[in-house]
Amino acid sequence: MDFSGVIPAIPGMWNGMLMTLQLMVMGIVGGIIIGTILALMRLSSNKLASRLAGAYVNYFRSIPLLLVITWFYLAVPFVLRWITGEDTPIGAFTSCVVAFMMFEAAYFCEIVRAGVQSISRGQMGAAQALGMTYGQMMRLIILPQAFRKMTPLLLQQSIILFQDTSLVYTVGLVDFLNSARSSGDIIGRSNEFLIVAGLVYFTISFAASRLVKFMQKRLAV
Amino acid sequence: MISIKNINKWYGDFQVLTDCSTEVKKGEVIVVCGPSGSGKSTLIKCVNALEPFQKGDIVVDGTSIADPKTNLPKLRSRVGMVFQHFELFPHLTITENLTIAQIKVLGRSKEEATKKGLQLLERVGLSDHAHKHPGQLSGGQQQRVAIARALAMDPVVMLFDEPTSALDPEMVNEVLDVMVQLAHEGMTMMCVTHEMGFARKVADRVIFMDKGQIVEDCEKEEFFGDVNARSERAQQFLNKILQH
Repeated sequence: MDFSGVIPAIPGMWNGMLMTLQLMVMGIVGGIIIGTILALMRLSSNKLASRLAGAYVNYFRSIPLLLVITWFYLAVPFVLRWITGEDTPIGAFTSCVVAFMMFEAAYFCEIVRAGVQSISRGQMGAAQALGMTYGQMMRLIILPQAFRKMTPLLLQQSIILFQDTSLVYTVGLVDFLNSARSSGDIIGRSNEFLIVAGLVYFTISFAASRLVKFMQKRLAV
Repeated sequence: MISIKNINKWYGDFQVLTDCSTEVKKGEVIVVCGPSGSGKSTLIKCVNALEPFQKGDIVVDGTSIADPKTNLPKLRSRVGMVFQHFELFPHLTITENLTIAQIKVLGRSKEEATKKGLQLLERVGLSDHAHKHPGQLSGGQQQRVAIARALAMDPVVMLFDEPTSALDPEMVNEVLDVMVQLAHEGMTMMCVTHEMGFARKVADRVIFMDKGQIVEDCEKEEFFGDVNARSERAQQFLNKILQH
């Protein structure tokens, strides 16, 4: 075991970490926005909207993330070419971001839905009785309370996504894990680099999940 | 002010309201009582269309609820409602609770809404609590804020759905005092309540419901005057709640 080769590789791995964080943040933000829209569709009295959102969620929760990533990378340009008749490469980064957003949206949808349903019906009645429209009621009264209750779950899901971003190696993106592994391969010290990468993932995820526990306690009061 | 005409409502096969009709004139205070499950809360929630009904119509200040063209949120903004469980918004301060609908629904400026809200808060005797959150207040205090919140919308009528049922006995009076004061000021009120003392003091009429039907609808003096002239079901009910 010789960890001395790790130090000079830190800048490269830092760039990889930036890629990981970028993918994660974009996936979470997009996922929460799409997921909230899906949740409102699922909860709406419009049967068609509710079924469409339900089908979406069930579909994306039934297939592996790896498949979604490769599908977006390989099949979407193919479909686009078929529609537009010309080559429209969308690139590994964009396709990964879109894949994460679409995939995470299915999970965030269920979190938001549970959050909204946990708010008592009386709150909806009170908002309506004051003359609020459905949109105002959701935006001003129900969702702010629901998001407060959901924060720990949303963070938990974000930690999972933080780890899952490593799957982008299949389409050749250099995230943290990929940069660590290739740095190790170059100098023939793969094991050391993988141990370091594992420690970094563990430290960040563990610290974040501790934070979640702490928040759960505070929010429970 | 409110005209309820032959309201029928079903939950699936179960009929909760059967041919309920009554009138509430401007400035009148109506107390609706009856055993639990008799449909009184459901009836009052039909008045601001929080509960849909299948047959009949309710006209509030000239606006028909059954008319599909009616803008229900707009109608509701003119009908104040106070709930059994207060339903203040826990993520907002008391001031925000009092102003949010004024600003977002009525389009008042923040200053105007805050001024109005604080005036009403003073009227229910809770000025010191403006910056607190609902969770920091007692049940009675929360219910007084809820009344102030409804009044801030300048409603043409106030609906009360068992406003004191979820309160500790010591806190019932502070809420009833506010309601009595409102009644004396000439507010049109429809109150579902078991507080017969309140009914005796300020009600103009008493409606007694049983099994989804309006069994009695008469002047207060008549209702409390000759108990033997009441329907059998109303007599049973009155005997039980007036015993102590």
